[in-house]
Amino acid sequence: MKILVTCKRVPDTDQKIRVKEDGSGIDDSNLAYVLNPFDAIAVEEALQIREEHDAGEEIRIVAVGVGIAEYEAELRTALAMGADRAILVENSNTMDPWAVANTIAAIVARESPDLVLMGKQAVDDDANQTGQFLAALLQWPQATFASKIEFGGLALQVARETDQGIEEIEVPLPAVVTADLRLNEPRYASLPSILKARKKEIEIIPYAELQLDISPQLDLLSMKSEISQRRCVMLEDVNSLMEIIRP
Amino acid sequence: MKTLVITERDGSDFRLGSRSAIGFAQSLPLSVVDTLCVADYRGENPTADSHAAVIAAAVRQCSYELVVAAATTYAKDVVGRAAGLCGGAMASDVIGHRFDGEQLLLERPMFAGAVTATVSLLGSPRFITVRASTYDPVDLSSADSLSSLDATTLRVDYSAVPAAQWKSVASRASQRPDVTEAKIVVSGGRAFKSSEDFERLVGGLADGLGGAAGSSRALVDAGITPNDLQVGQTGKIVAPDIYIALGISGAVQHLAGMKNSKTIIAVNTDPHAPIFSVADFGLVGDVYEVVPQLIAELNG
Repeated sequence: MKILVTCKRVPDTDQKIRVKEDGSGIDDSNLAYVLNPFDAIAVEEALQIREEHDAGEEIRIVAVGVGIAEYEAELRTALAMGADRAILVENSNTMDPWAVANTIAAIVARESPDLVLMGKQAVDDDANQTGQFLAALLQWPQATFASKIEFGGLALQVARETDQGIEEIEVPLPAVVTADLRLNEPRYASLPSILKARKKEIEIIPYAELQLDISPQLDLLSMKSEISQRRCVMLEDVNSLMEIIRP
Repeated sequence: MKTLVITERDGSDFRLGSRSAIGFAQSLPLSVVDTLCVADYRGENPTADSHAAVIAAAVRQCSYELVVAAATTYAKDVVGRAAGLCGGAMASDVIGHRFDGEQLLLERPMFAGAVTATVSLLGSPRFITVRASTYDPVDLSSADSLSSLDATTLRVDYSAVPAAQWKSVASRASQRPDVTEAKIVVSGGRAFKSSEDFERLVGGLADGLGGAAGSSRALVDAGITPNDLQVGQTGKIVAPDIYIALGISGAVQHLAGMKNSKTIIAVNTDPHAPIFSVADFGLVGDVYEVVPQLIAELNG
């Protein structure tokens, strides 16, 4: 059994994001980066599946990143949490979700995992597309926005967070599952495991080696910062508040 | 432009978000709009995989150039997969658009709404999910009068659709409107210590005002409120006439879900809480003292 987990490098969400003056992108000069929080949840879920079900059958966890060489740091995070090995498809060009999904599909073809676990969205572009695209490309069943996964060998029981409430579906393997917030609480890697992860090998595949011919689908033309223009009027008492909301 | 709007229903009526998506589709020049509610045809096995297969078949067999839906969890799931079956030209959660000559430019939020990006879709067919609160909904009768695609005429190879199975959905019976559809939303945050307190105070004030009850992520994580009440970057995006934030500190992720509300009112014990930076009116106070007074006034 093999679980492939995707890992995206994103700016830490605690920072203020500023757009460059020419609007060409974000000012990344002083930004700290982390493993996309939803991907960290996906890594944690893979670890929990391994811990609960690895009686005899070997469950291997492979972390995959698609992007610049600096992705190594986020893949090391996944390794320190407990992933067995990592693959970086190295590409310095900007990629849209379609290009990323196609690249991961190529890695799936090489690795033949039984399950792909991903974050439901990356907190930089907030696109919420790559998992669905990947499942469509592979013609695999998808279970998006998972808040609970029960692993039953050949199939998964997945609880999904929807606008109407919690939906339960059963998906046969292989499948693509995207993680929502409440699936689990990702662990912090211990110092020894961080040190151990430094020694684990990361397989680097130059993007060109995959020989993919993917047309760009989404052109990002410009960005602007959104700053609240509101001025808050502080009210003296409950009565003044009542005056504003009284129907 | 031949456009298909993927709709959702509440009972027999189109949901408000679907009517906003129709409004967006109709505002595009030379747009010929059909609607398709896949649930009308695939009720028994409503997996994303089967719904997306129907949409992809419709796009291919009827030559739609554009597919539009409201950015709900349904559309993120199903329309996202359909776009993946049809070449991957998709923009999600669109909050504005304009034309540069013939080119359709789309605005969409990034970084929890801290940034608005302008994008264009290069491939075809194009798939767009729109943030419902951005576009005026068409009324029910004009939505109903649109031609609706008869999905029974489509050739869909269900044997190629993965055999996922839908089991159940745990919908809460609630008399209150959905947060995305209400004109007034009362939301509660970390200040509330239990489901009972939330129901009595947030629910009570919402009922007094005829509005919906919403929640910050913290309360959903703590099991105090159900997930479908969550307002924020990864929950529901709302823009009601009045948004009342009770005991919500105002994390960026929460602000992303409500900062476009017309009037924002915040009550918090901490005068420096970030929620006040996006609010029009603020009151420094304890929700356990303030809210019972408001409810008593409304009921009195």
